[in-house]
Amino acid sequence: MSNWMEEKLHDSGHIEKSTETIDGDIATLNLGPTHPATHGIFQNVLKVDGEKILSSEQTVGYIHRAFEKLAERRPYNQITPITDRLNYCSSPINNMGWEMTVEKLIGAEIPKRVEYMRVIIMELARIADHLVCNSVIGVDTGALTGFTYVFQEREKIYELYEEVCGARLTTNIGRIGGFERDFSPTFYKKLDNFLKTFPKVFNEFDSLLSRNRIFMDRTIGAGPISAQRALDYSFVGPNLRAAGVDYDVRVMNPYSSYEDFDFIVPVGTQGDTYDRFQVRQEEIRQSLRIIEQAYKNLPEGSYKADIPEFYLPPKEEVYNNMEALIYHFKIVMGETPIPAGEVYHSVEGGNGELGYYLISDGGRSPYRLQFRRPCFIYYQAYPEMITGQNISDAVLTLSSMNVIAGELDA
Amino acid sequence: MKSNLTNEQVAERLQKQFGEHIKSVETPYDFLTIEVDAAKLYDIIFWLKTDSELQISFLTNLGGVHYPDSEGREFAIVYHLQSMVNNFRLRLKAFVSKENTEVDSIVDIYAGANWMERETFDFYGITFNGHPDMRRILNEDSMDYFPMRKEYHLEDATREDKDDRFFGR
Repeated sequence: MSNWMEEKLHDSGHIEKSTETIDGDIATLNLGPTHPATHGIFQNVLKVDGEKILSSEQTVGYIHRAFEKLAERRPYNQITPITDRLNYCSSPINNMGWEMTVEKLIGAEIPKRVEYMRVIIMELARIADHLVCNSVIGVDTGALTGFTYVFQEREKIYELYEEVCGARLTTNIGRIGGFERDFSPTFYKKLDNFLKTFPKVFNEFDSLLSRNRIFMDRTIGAGPISAQRALDYSFVGPNLRAAGVDYDVRVMNPYSSYEDFDFIVPVGTQGDTYDRFQVRQEEIRQSLRIIEQAYKNLPEGSYKADIPEFYLPPKEEVYNNMEALIYHFKIVMGETPIPAGEVYHSVEGGNGELGYYLISDGGRSPYRLQFRRPCFIYYQAYPEMITGQNISDAVLTLSSMNVIAGELDA
Repeated sequence: MKSNLTNEQVAERLQKQFGEHIKSVETPYDFLTIEVDAAKLYDIIFWLKTDSELQISFLTNLGGVHYPDSEGREFAIVYHLQSMVNNFRLRLKAFVSKENTEVDSIVDIYAGANWMERETFDFYGITFNGHPDMRRILNEDSMDYFPMRKEYHLEDATREDKDDRFFGR
């Protein structure tokens, strides 16, 4: 299994050698734009010699939707649905990251309860995100069972979102200043149920793959990257941690009361597919721990901040209360004064540091909003990671990096 | 986690090292923002990376901003840098005019800057000297304008049924 390393070392020599093979043919293979193994729309033009990849050229932008331009025309609360469509496997984290950015800009004070509620939802989203990624690595190695098994649990997470906000995939969850309503009794019931059944299912999923000889043979050494290269390529999140750097925004720059919780940041050593898989597996366990702590210590209080000029009042108040009607009108028409300023806020998304760089000139919509999209930034290291590997390893590397087309193309 | 560096400390080190090339120092929302000479960007980013005390050696983000009304400073290039060791973040800004939208590429300092610079070029038409592959990335190659510039409205500019005064900007 260590011959990948030799190949990497003799990379240039290998290319020379391969041109002198019996027929000396180097084939061009289009992996994507639409291919079941790419799990998204992006193209890789591979130059292959038999099974070995000699070079790769990427084309991205197939589903570019100009989010940053769109955001320049929209009032702040209408930008939340745009963020859904970045990493759509964990949209609540994107939504809440954006809400926190605006709260930072306007200087809103957020009740402890809201922060804990957010932590519960965000960690559920992280579990859902990592479950998709890890089970798909299983699928790409030929183990479909685990995938069908954990998707049932992911469904339960989606039901929890549904209970909070009514939507499942593109959630638009929460509001600037908190939530639109408190958690319902059904939510707690479903969360209890999830916390009870999930660990068992997850452990079974883990035992299916983690120490599975075939799975290990396929993933160890596939698509490795060193810590130094990962840092050069601005890797973040599980992919960086798998390479051995213990950087986590939740620990380094805590937001939403993450400093209150006790959890471990798992790190790998090799930065290969197996390490990325294992880091995500452990993060799921840690997310569960965080959810349990937040749920147990959920403080009393309001589910929204006291910022009437930004938070839409309840409908019955709008119809019966003059002040609420004025605020409602102002928020909907985008007449609320917003302070001018420049904010950068980042959250630990499913794929790592998801940043929002917001410039406000005091107008109803941002002057400039830039999303720091982890996928877009680390996907450019892909050719380097797969050169000298087999085509099947390239597919595995792609799924273990968790490249989400929505986040990639904005 | 607490940061090992303070805003003042870093600003002072930079001012001592680069003198008049540091145009202004601000800290909006407690985030050190330094405007620098566009010609010196490369040197400053390289120095920040290699300085043994600061170790600001991670490129978080890179992007452009368009200010059509400020004469001679139409485009800003904004770099977010970070030191993971010291847990410190820094924002570097440089302005260029619309006649000369060129800055030095930092791809050989940070490999990850490659696509970020291509994106900035794609959106704003800011070209990065020394970039290995200065092409559009998200939009198609045949496009002949830079869509994130403020003169391109989201909606058809010839529409008369909507008055912008009633819908914000």
